[in-house]
Amino acid sequence: MSVFDGLKFRNISSPIHEIDPRAKFIYVCVLFVTAVLFNQIIPLLFLFFLQVPLVIIAKVKREWLRLIKGSIFFAVLIFVMNVISLYFYGNYSSIAYVIEHSLAMTIRFIVLIESFSLFFLTTSPDMLGLSLEQIGVPYEFCFAFTTAIRFVPVLAEEAQIIIDAQKARGLELEGGNFIRRVKNYIPILIPLIVNAIRRSLELAEAMESRAWGASKKRTNLYVLKMKRRDYLFILLSFAMLLISIYVWMYVEIPFLYQILQI
Amino acid sequence: MIEVEDVYFTYPNGVEALRGVSLKIAEGEFVAIMGQNGAGKTTLVKHFNGLLKPTKGRVLIDGVDTKQVSVAKLSRKVGFVFQNPDHQLFSETVEDEISFALKNFGFDNKVIGERVDWALNLLGLARYRKVSPFMLSGGERKRVALASVLAWDPKILILDEPTIGQDSYQKERLRQFIIQMNHQGKTVIIVTHDIEFVVECEPRVILMSNGKVIADGEARKVLTDPDLINKSSLILPEITQVFINLNDLGFPRDVMGVYEAKRLILERLKKT
Repeated sequence: MSVFDGLKFRNISSPIHEIDPRAKFIYVCVLFVTAVLFNQIIPLLFLFFLQVPLVIIAKVKREWLRLIKGSIFFAVLIFVMNVISLYFYGNYSSIAYVIEHSLAMTIRFIVLIESFSLFFLTTSPDMLGLSLEQIGVPYEFCFAFTTAIRFVPVLAEEAQIIIDAQKARGLELEGGNFIRRVKNYIPILIPLIVNAIRRSLELAEAMESRAWGASKKRTNLYVLKMKRRDYLFILLSFAMLLISIYVWMYVEIPFLYQILQI
Repeated sequence: MIEVEDVYFTYPNGVEALRGVSLKIAEGEFVAIMGQNGAGKTTLVKHFNGLLKPTKGRVLIDGVDTKQVSVAKLSRKVGFVFQNPDHQLFSETVEDEISFALKNFGFDNKVIGERVDWALNLLGLARYRKVSPFMLSGGERKRVALASVLAWDPKILILDEPTIGQDSYQKERLRQFIIQMNHQGKTVIIVTHDIEFVVECEPRVILMSNGKVIADGEARKVLTDPDLINKSSLILPEITQVFINLNDLGFPRDVMGVYEAKRLILERLKKT
């Protein structure tokens, strides 16, 4: 299982999976805006822990944790960069502030990643395309979008076969300097791209032979319908947004290090 | 010499592809590995050049554990031709394609030139030397892929589904070619569904089902056994089907070659 499985749809049934993709999307947007609004650690930690029960309800804990584990490298990078730039270039009051602020930025990054993850883990590409279509995006774009998502695992699998085939011809992928390493990937990228183009042409032919685009007005077998539960979810999301804006404007958020008196 | 000792293999997604496989392939043998889709054939042969390492058990190539050496090193000995040539062709010309592996293995330029000529002639590709492999037909691409592996003269040759997409003329040429390679002392291992092709080659047959070896022996013994063939979702060779139906008239059941069948029928006709 790779890190990217944390962004791949898991076909299981849970209350979170059943929420309308549009409602979930609004929730993710709210989370996004809120995370960007605050740069103090306390509200960001709150946002981080807010998702934990949702993830548990959605039964995708394993994949979700894996993605977070996978993002640790970037998280550490963000932390270090923040510490360095604040320490050397900012005017800070204490070292505890530097650390807390950098930590907050890191948590913000993780919140963004995890909200994405929750959305993609619980929303099937088909439903996503369908909801795009129903909010008025032209069908061509929706189709391109869902196809792109659907072909990611196919391409990943093919890349592995190509890597194997070239290794069997004595290609060493590890070792060597940077240019050498990049050059090593040419025998993998060319077949991969050529095959992808070939496949897309085949797909286009197959679709045309099945009368793609024959009628202007296309109907769907499934039609997404917002239920009361979905409206409630949206309402809660907006409530969260409003509360965050209120807090952001009128409430002085203390620093953790001041509370702990370090 | 390939030694497989009680090998288990589980893919990262949890699929158990091999469940306790043990076998030995001696030098200079000609082996066909057969079985239904998902039986573990390709998974097994990918262990022979170290592309996959056993989850449990071990694979030895000439006494060396595949876990100890890199794929590139093992490949020098074990040439593996993949099923789909499009997974490996990338060069601007057929010539470059064939010399790619030779460069990887560090042959010097003079030797590379000789080997490329040799491989091109061997597979009847000489006139495509300067042509882009992408311009060739499917069958020709398959031959380029084969040439690109043969060029470094590996001791053991593995062909994954070599007959797919080949017309009967090319199949016949491939068969003669494989037999020629085998006579020259190479170990040849083919993975295939094509029972009629195997019948004509008469190699040792290893039959797999659900990640296990269910039969291992002469083609004549394995491929004329209806139970075994049924278990691995294959169809009996056509000649064998005829002879099983003629069993009441006193014909043997384990016949699979056309010439043998002809001889038996003629003998019977002369008697009456």
